[in-house]
Amino acid sequence: MSSLTRAPLLQLHNLGLILGGQRILSAISLDVFASEIVTIIGPNGAGKSSLLKIMLSTLKPSEGQMHQQAKLSIGYLPQHFLLEPTLPINVVRFLRLTHQRFSHEDARRVLNEVGASLLADKAMQSLSGGELQRVLLARTLLINPQLLILDEPMQGVDVRGQAQLYQLLTQIKHQRGCAIVLVSHDLHLVMASTDRVICLNQHICCQGSPHSVQQDPHYQALFAPDTLNQLAIYSHHHDHVHHLDGQVVDGHLVDAHVNCGAKD
Amino acid sequence: MFALLQFLWPTLIAGLCLALICGPLGTFVVWRRMAYLGDALAHAAFLGVALGLAWQMSLPIPIIALCLLVALALVALEQISQFAQDTLLGILAHTTLSIGLMIASQLSGRGLNMNALLFGDILAVSPQDALWMAVGSLLVLFILYKLWYRLLKITISEDIAAAEGMKVVPIKLALTGLIALVIAIAMKVVGVLLITSMMIIPAAAAQPFSRSPEQMVRLSVLISLFAISSGLLLSLQFNFPTGPSIVACAGLSFFVILFVKVGINKWR
Repeated sequence: MSSLTRAPLLQLHNLGLILGGQRILSAISLDVFASEIVTIIGPNGAGKSSLLKIMLSTLKPSEGQMHQQAKLSIGYLPQHFLLEPTLPINVVRFLRLTHQRFSHEDARRVLNEVGASLLADKAMQSLSGGELQRVLLARTLLINPQLLILDEPMQGVDVRGQAQLYQLLTQIKHQRGCAIVLVSHDLHLVMASTDRVICLNQHICCQGSPHSVQQDPHYQALFAPDTLNQLAIYSHHHDHVHHLDGQVVDGHLVDAHVNCGAKD
Repeated sequence: MFALLQFLWPTLIAGLCLALICGPLGTFVVWRRMAYLGDALAHAAFLGVALGLAWQMSLPIPIIALCLLVALALVALEQISQFAQDTLLGILAHTTLSIGLMIASQLSGRGLNMNALLFGDILAVSPQDALWMAVGSLLVLFILYKLWYRLLKITISEDIAAAEGMKVVPIKLALTGLIALVIAIAMKVVGVLLITSMMIIPAAAAQPFSRSPEQMVRLSVLISLFAISSGLLLSLQFNFPTGPSIVACAGLSFFVILFVKVGINKWR
């Protein structure tokens, strides 16, 4: 197995978190390897953001251990990014604030990489939802990350833009060979680009390939009403997204035999 | 003319110091929405003045001490209670102000000029005052220069700054400490009730025509200088109190700039 030949970038072992007397996470064991996209899904309050914060070392787990590869460089896209409207700053300057050593050219290079080179001189506050997420993504790439941690990178992005953004993530994974851990709300848009799905609700309910998770009773119990809604919406959008996102439907059929990898 | 300058130089130094420190600190007060914190610290400073006079201490020390104490009390109260920050700040501000007024009432005849304390008097700045203001201002500017990049980062996103390994809380406390220092320095010139305005008005007036954080700082220093000099001239000419004259000039420039900006946007 490939997981035996390569060392994981990040190892979580039997991790738990209690905040203010309330249990947020329990018994989380998870390895993250280079060149894979891991998607964490779960209902509101499932502990997704807390789990990411533990991975970032900004939150200390109450139980268990986390091991990071030595000198692991991590890029982070936060869930809540609301720039103060009275702070005048353009995109390039915003990117260069990541670290003082980055030049104008560095900033333009990562903007190019995420297809946002036209935004360089725009004011940060004038960006649309999709543009802002691209700029935030570009920012994470500046430090040459081995691991990208993206907390709901699709928020404020329309369906078409989401498909493009997922394509971009796949491209970044292939070109840079970095691992990407992201939080998402819906499974069907993630399908084409994610390697592994973790279904989280305090503990890991089930994990595996996107399709196997979708078939898992734990997942269905958590998301059944939502999924029905999304399916209805999905069929509505189908005409527009189909040619862009065709692999999603293909993957559906090919992966149909995969068994559910439920743990727990 | 020379005689006038000899008489006025502490006033001019004080005005220059005020403009140089209020501009840069004020931009952070505006960006980080700390206006109410500034007010609360200024009210606490009044208690500091009263205590300093009662114990015959030199004034900057009790002022800074009280400001820092209120800042720490705020952090502690936020931890142990559910109240929003503005509620807690209101409680702290008015309690300290009231205790200060109670103490001050017992001190009449001990060099307490209530009017000057509340609204400031730049013409009453002594050479010693000017000297301590200059030293204090240099200290503020030096710390600000050293922390500028980090302060900007936590203002843009505390989450990202923390994720990139920055210690956010000490930087925030340092900013509060800097504001306390500015209040102690500016007290003499604009008084307890008007200090916050000298931080927020020039910074807010600079905002509409700024394209970078640093440009907003430079413009706000220029606007402060304009407000202080025109306010001073106004008060010399018509015998108005200096503090309110300065703040009124600042407020006027804010409105003029804002309307010009709105007008330009309409015309485009």
